[in-house]
Amino acid sequence: MTDLLYSEEEEEALRAAVRDLLTDHCDAPGVIARTESDAPHDLAAWKALADGMGLAGLLVPEKKGGQGATHREVAVVLEELGRAVAPVPYLTSAVVATEALLACATDAGLLAELATGRKIGALAVALSVGPGGAYKVVRHEDGRLHGELTGIADAAAADVLLVPADDGGLYAVDADAVTVTPQASLDLTRPVATVTLDGAPGRLLGDAEPAVRRALRAGAGLLASEQLGLADWALSETVRYLKDRKQFNRPVGGFQALKHRLAQLWLEVVNLRAAARNAADALATGEDADVAVAVAQSYAASVAVHAAEEAVQLHGGIGMTWEHPAHLYLKRAKADSIAYGTAGAHRAALAELVDLQAP
Amino acid sequence: MTDAAELRRRTAELLAAHPPAATDRLDFLRARFDAGLAWVHYPEGLGGLGAARSLQAVVDAELEAAGAPDNDPRRIGIGLGMAAPTILQYGTEEQKRRYLRPLWTGEEVWCQLFSEPGAGSDLAALGTRAVREADDWVVNGQKVWTSSAHVARWAILIARTDPDLPKHAGITYFLCDMTDPGVEVRPLRQITGEAEFNEVFLTDVRIPDSRRLGEIGDGWRVAQTTLNNERVAIGGMRLPREGGMIGPISKTWRERPELRTHDLHQRLLKLWVESEVARLTGERLRQQLVAGQPGPEGAGMKLAFARLNQEISGLEVELRGEEGLLYDDWTMRRPELVDFTGRDAGYRYLRSKGNSIEGGTSEVLLNIVAERVLGLPAEPRTDKDVAWKDLAR
Repeated sequence: MTDLLYSEEEEEALRAAVRDLLTDHCDAPGVIARTESDAPHDLAAWKALADGMGLAGLLVPEKKGGQGATHREVAVVLEELGRAVAPVPYLTSAVVATEALLACATDAGLLAELATGRKIGALAVALSVGPGGAYKVVRHEDGRLHGELTGIADAAAADVLLVPADDGGLYAVDADAVTVTPQASLDLTRPVATVTLDGAPGRLLGDAEPAVRRALRAGAGLLASEQLGLADWALSETVRYLKDRKQFNRPVGGFQALKHRLAQLWLEVVNLRAAARNAADALATGEDADVAVAVAQSYAASVAVHAAEEAVQLHGGIGMTWEHPAHLYLKRAKADSIAYGTAGAHRAALAELVDLQAP
Repeated sequence: MTDAAELRRRTAELLAAHPPAATDRLDFLRARFDAGLAWVHYPEGLGGLGAARSLQAVVDAELEAAGAPDNDPRRIGIGLGMAAPTILQYGTEEQKRRYLRPLWTGEEVWCQLFSEPGAGSDLAALGTRAVREADDWVVNGQKVWTSSAHVARWAILIARTDPDLPKHAGITYFLCDMTDPGVEVRPLRQITGEAEFNEVFLTDVRIPDSRRLGEIGDGWRVAQTTLNNERVAIGGMRLPREGGMIGPISKTWRERPELRTHDLHQRLLKLWVESEVARLTGERLRQQLVAGQPGPEGAGMKLAFARLNQEISGLEVELRGEEGLLYDDWTMRRPELVDFTGRDAGYRYLRSKGNSIEGGTSEVLLNIVAERVLGLPAEPRTDKDVAWKDLAR
């Protein structure tokens, strides 16, 4: 059986450190203000996480310039990032781009640069593509890359893009050599962008197919931990508010109709915690990882979206305002329900994996 | 503290002195109890050795390997899971010596006389009266939803001894002799067609004061031990993947491609995922318990399984199409055991309706989660300082 706990001390120390850092850098009013600025990504927070704490290199072995930790520690970091809807490219660079590079194993230099946080990487595959999904490639011609890719998460913050091409190769392309155009995004804290390559030079890293599959599987599996953190924030913040908020001369949280809704939500969050940890553990050991990731992603989106929707509804009028952070969570949760494959796509994959075939 | 090696040595000794193949089942079980290997965490002289509870597995594995008989725990679940821990905690020395041994060996089956027609979720409002007459208590009232009453020798009973006190304060806990002429057990037929439960009518039943458990008026507190152990028992099962109600429907799906539709496929996959996630949550809870960090997840496990059992069995009836119109057997029976997987989907569908009622309704459990886990305000109480006799009913 997989380990569904983490060593308590280690986990709590890491969690506390990340939470402290995010309390300093990513308070809600600051995150809201940043969404409409020229710099939607919080690069100071990113630098503190990556450079200061070394968290960008958790998945990279020590001899390759990383911390040599596992997906379990990454899961703890992502829980906290989800709890703060932190606008940092952690999942996209330190997990997805890093896993793609680990699959290629040819460019130790770039891997080390991502691991230390000196550079931010982004896999140039649309955020909506799941581990088994079809993705768009660019044209490789005379050593140059041509094409337009849309829906690339955190591309605006990236220094280097990992681009799959029609010759089956995965290429490293400097952000300076392409045009990155931000798209107006539903999720204000993880915006997507269009990447246009017009004869951009690229460095061949290896075969795109296995690298993209590995990267997207890790991204999907660990996204569940981010969704857990997000859902846990929505639940605790709503419970806190309803204990405090009074209508009809009593705390609103004392009404049974609302208590039952919050208790149901708690149950969903508890379940998601087990599913997310199981996926992180399976990714770390490699055992049963396809099923564990598909189970987690078949379940996580509905919980995160439900939690965020309940937060908006149960906060009443204030929950509908721009100044209250609930909308950031709703937008992230809804975008996450599409990211790295919808629950439906993961259930379809699961049907094959556990032999429950479609008609 | 007795360790694993010591338990293995004692188990080997028991097996040598009473070879299972050549020993009567009951004699073996009695010898096992007397050797302290029945429930090793119980005290010496009462079937245990004061060892760690987790070491029971060591003894069980050795005995199973040697082909020793067990005490058929499913048949005597109420005695083992609920009566025994309560007697152990609140019983006099004499009571413990008298009741625990035949309870554990299964010679004496126990049932629980708690719920009443007028006291379900609000159990503390119960109205069965116990009136003191010399050294006896004379009991009158009606209990309901009583599994095993028709085979039970003894019952754990809570009754009202002082109607002038608020409801929680006037209750006393008794051990009731089910063979008393005033005890009448009637089968209570359920929606499944069978009578797994009973209603029990108590008419001038005489219980000697020596069979009172705990102090007079302290019955509600004593009953908490019983009820807490009930919830531990319900949440404590360990399952492999597809180990619960999702197993039979998955098997049917694989074996019967002609039944498949797209709609059923989507619903099955969703429930398969939820079953797997609930299983992982249960596993996480057990790992927390072993690591000594018990979490509040247990409160949610019963809620989750009740809903899943109902939805999955409902889907299975639908999946079976024309066969779903049929029912395996409506014969009125009085089973000693609940057999969830031995019967058809229709039975499972109907029986699982009880899962969200027995051992605390899902609505009450949601209140418990909201108040004790999330810390939300309690329901307004209008019954707190009112004498039981003045409550609305």
